[in-house]
Amino acid sequence: MVRRLLQAVAVVLLVTVITFILLRLIPGNPAIAIMGPSAYRNPAAIAQFDRVYGFNKPWYGQYWLWLDHLLHGNLGYSWNLNQSVASLLSTHLPKTVFLVGISIILALLIAIPIGVVQAVRRNKIVDHFFNGFSTIFYAMPAFLLGILLILVFAIKFPIFPPEGPQGESVGAIFSNFNALILPIITLTLITIALFSRYMRSSVLDNLTEDYVRTAKAKGASERRVLLKHVLRNSLIPIATLLGLLLPALFAGALITESVFNYPGMGYLFYQQALKQDYPTLLGITVVVAVATVIGSLLADIAYAVLDPRVRYVSQ
Amino acid sequence: MSLGSLPPEPVPADVTAGGLVTVAPGPEDAAVAAGMLPAGKPRSTFRRGLEVFLENKLAVTGVCIFAFMLLFCFIGPLVYHTNQLTVDFAHEELPPSGAHPLGTDASGFDVLGRLMVAGQVSLEVGIAAAVLATVVGVMWGAIAGYIGGFVDSFMMRIVDALLSIPTLFLALVVVSMITPSKPILILVIALTSWLTTSRLVRGEALSLRTRDYVQAMKVMGGGGTRAVFRHIAPNAIGTIMVNATFQVADAIALIVALSYLGLGIRPPQTDWGGMLSNGVQYVYDGYWWLIIPAGFCIVIVIAAAIFIGEGLRDAVEVRLQRR
Repeated sequence: MVRRLLQAVAVVLLVTVITFILLRLIPGNPAIAIMGPSAYRNPAAIAQFDRVYGFNKPWYGQYWLWLDHLLHGNLGYSWNLNQSVASLLSTHLPKTVFLVGISIILALLIAIPIGVVQAVRRNKIVDHFFNGFSTIFYAMPAFLLGILLILVFAIKFPIFPPEGPQGESVGAIFSNFNALILPIITLTLITIALFSRYMRSSVLDNLTEDYVRTAKAKGASERRVLLKHVLRNSLIPIATLLGLLLPALFAGALITESVFNYPGMGYLFYQQALKQDYPTLLGITVVVAVATVIGSLLADIAYAVLDPRVRYVSQ
Repeated sequence: MSLGSLPPEPVPADVTAGGLVTVAPGPEDAAVAAGMLPAGKPRSTFRRGLEVFLENKLAVTGVCIFAFMLLFCFIGPLVYHTNQLTVDFAHEELPPSGAHPLGTDASGFDVLGRLMVAGQVSLEVGIAAAVLATVVGVMWGAIAGYIGGFVDSFMMRIVDALLSIPTLFLALVVVSMITPSKPILILVIALTSWLTTSRLVRGEALSLRTRDYVQAMKVMGGGGTRAVFRHIAPNAIGTIMVNATFQVADAIALIVALSYLGLGIRPPQTDWGGMLSNGVQYVYDGYWWLIIPAGFCIVIVIAAAIFIGEGLRDAVEVRLQRR
């Protein structure tokens, strides 16, 4: 377990190194980007800027400065939006967490029964139907799904607004919950497509296990075997999956938020990518990556707790 | 091995299960390697794999759709001549008609012809990026798995780190810095999506390097490079092929997403994602032909790649059972 923790720490450090190198060694002068092209005529101002923000240091010096800030909770400063990245995230991140969280819960509630039914009725019509369903939604980019939903449910039949809830504050999402329905449906459908395939193969694997035969031999009903034994065991890998799918879900959220102009973290990232606001991009990347590392660490721990067959032995 | 090694896409999960679990060395392998069994065996396993693949209707459909879309995009413009170079505002946003089967877009381009030209970009970038990602992933994974020890840990932690950053975020950062052209997009997508491949191949390499024939080769004085390229990579080829097919699906999804966000291929070139992003501006006008055809192309091409991948996986599992 200690080994796994150390691994997680090493991965987080590597993430910071990778994002830092990526963002700082790219051509382009931050001073010009912030002060505008006319700054070329004023080298003294550029030098002053570089000195104040540490750009005159070598890259490892800059990295160290940034890491030190990071450890003190300072994610950087967006010159573009004239706000600290941390304060930007404090308004945008909760919106994304809310959207992704609701979508995951809904997706699990729908995908688990679908996966079980598919596995039990393997190669029957129901199985083929849901296979088709999940393949279509897996193959369909989130933005296309979002556009189609807008086309049908916001324009053809104006039931829902075509835009997500607007407003700076976190509370704004609740003021217009109706506007959140289409983004939630988009992300949920995509997530179901990701989950139900795993659930199906997980149940299928478990159905062939010895304990199923034992339970049946002891006279347990089909229903009891399925719900008491197979379902429980099949859910264990889903815990791991949740941790692993976090990056995919964040990416899905970015697209969904962009389609619906929903001011979450993904939308912020996209807008700042267009404006080359690197401090913001860097801050968000680190937050997302750390969330993923923690997520998969928790998933691994959950797996070990839930499944006594799994033990972390030091090599 | 930590449990975190399950790949993020849903499909290759079975690959891991099928690929890694069944590779325990059997006596038959050693016999084949030593040349004691009659030659021609590999061909028959290939045949059986092919039969399984051809029996899979979805996989065959997938191949047909993919082949059709390749013909449509690359041969289509030779048959169906349209002006895709100069804007024609006299004929903008026309609904589908005899002269323009799928109408025209806001710049007066014929949408059917545009689909072909745009598809060339999506398919070229998608396929090339998947191939490049596979090559990089195979090398990285094979080297890490073969060398093992500290080097392996370090190389795999880099993979973990990159995997924890969503591919789309990473790609967006890079394309926001460099104005993307086709080669740059291929490079960016490949360099952000070789990670799952490297994990799969590393797993294979770890089990393959202990095999008798690799050991025998080392006794005979073969070096590490030879082990990796002549023995480990070819033996993992089934798993690699399956993964590469899913990579094509993912790479196409990524390029259309980037283009939809306006950070993919730049005008005057376009791809299906770019067409969609243009079409969305007219969503309120009811110009469905600017959205549906491009969306349809994206979905069927990605679905076709998934079907092919699943068929290949079943075929490869047959091969693995023979081991």
